[in-house]
Amino acid sequence: MRPRPLSPHLGVYRFMYTMATSIAHRITGVVLSVGLVVLVAWLVAAASGAEAYASTAALLSSGLVEVLLAGWLLAFCYHLCNGLRHLGWDLGRGLEKSEARRSAAWVVVGTLVLFAVLVWLLLLRAGGTVGGAA
Amino acid sequence: MAEFRLPENSRIKKDGKVHKAPEGAKNTRTFKVYRYDPDGGENPRVDSFELDMDDCGPMVLDALLKIKNEVDPSLTFRRSCREGICGSCAMNIDGTNTLACTKSCEEVKGDVKIYPLPHMPVVKDLVPDLTQFYAQYASVKPWLQSRTPAPPDRERLQSPEDQEKIDRPSACILCACCSTSCPSYWWNGDRYLGPAALLAAYRWIIDSRDDATGERLDALEDPFRLYRCHTIMNCTEACPKDLNPAKAIAEIKKMMAEREHL
Repeated sequence: MRPRPLSPHLGVYRFMYTMATSIAHRITGVVLSVGLVVLVAWLVAAASGAEAYASTAALLSSGLVEVLLAGWLLAFCYHLCNGLRHLGWDLGRGLEKSEARRSAAWVVVGTLVLFAVLVWLLLLRAGGTVGGAA
Repeated sequence: MAEFRLPENSRIKKDGKVHKAPEGAKNTRTFKVYRYDPDGGENPRVDSFELDMDDCGPMVLDALLKIKNEVDPSLTFRRSCREGICGSCAMNIDGTNTLACTKSCEEVKGDVKIYPLPHMPVVKDLVPDLTQFYAQYASVKPWLQSRTPAPPDRERLQSPEDQEKIDRPSACILCACCSTSCPSYWWNGDRYLGPAALLAAYRWIIDSRDDATGERLDALEDPFRLYRCHTIMNCTEACPKDLNPAKAIAEIKKMMAEREHL
């Protein structure tokens, strides 16, 4: 007998908020892991003296890298907000359909608000750039 | 491991048959139905059936029966009770898993797309092979395990509160809509038990008459069997009986943590 075909899955299943928030959590987690390397590089530079720090800071505040840093910041905001949602679920809270739908919307709102606040703090109040080369 | 592309023999061919609506039909609707013929040696395809909705029952199952009776008798699908209690006609309709008998055609916008339950071996057309799904259900030992002898003169009684706890989980009809909606089950269905089996496990874990709670939890203490659940919530969204497998799994995880650390 020839092997049975596998029925379609990703290609036919409706992409709902459930899958969207879940895969976004995973993707932002991976993105943040990569971003950790950059953070460590920045800290190592800071520990290595003023000259090393200055060159690293210059690199981090160049245009394209700043866009990447903003992306990391957004990923951080999402991962934090949705992480709190998962924390609630692990406590057995908010697992009804209506609650999960509402919390998904709150995660999106929370992410954007947190991102806006952080960008405002970093860019305007610190008076410098996202790269920190104030 | 997650394999996102369908295997070579499972990719849908583009040359599905088109069955036009009968002459004079005014209220037509197109049903796009996954077809696979195990005897033909060809890849699956999607056939289009135009139906006259003025001469068709309201549910998707009515449409499938009309196709089978009047257009193409080779169309194959499972069905039995036509009232949402047997779980036979579970399939993927309009992108989500549900029962064809309780899904109204009017709920669907545009063409009605019908596929078998996702990521399952297909026996024929809309009939998936559920062997592994049933084996996983059996693996959670879905029966009462008691060490105390039953009272000689009556049943093992429960308080109304204890009955309440198992009331909803017991309403599962094993249609497999939840498990086959779960991406974790798609990628790791060989080792992850899936929401349906875990809901059944939960139903016996919290049964006040069952004495095997510890053993039941032991059996689930595994990185895959239980913990492949990442709370995506597709299962609870899909359940046609409005049950909550995601919550049941979260409760099991909590019990695991509590017996470990409290």
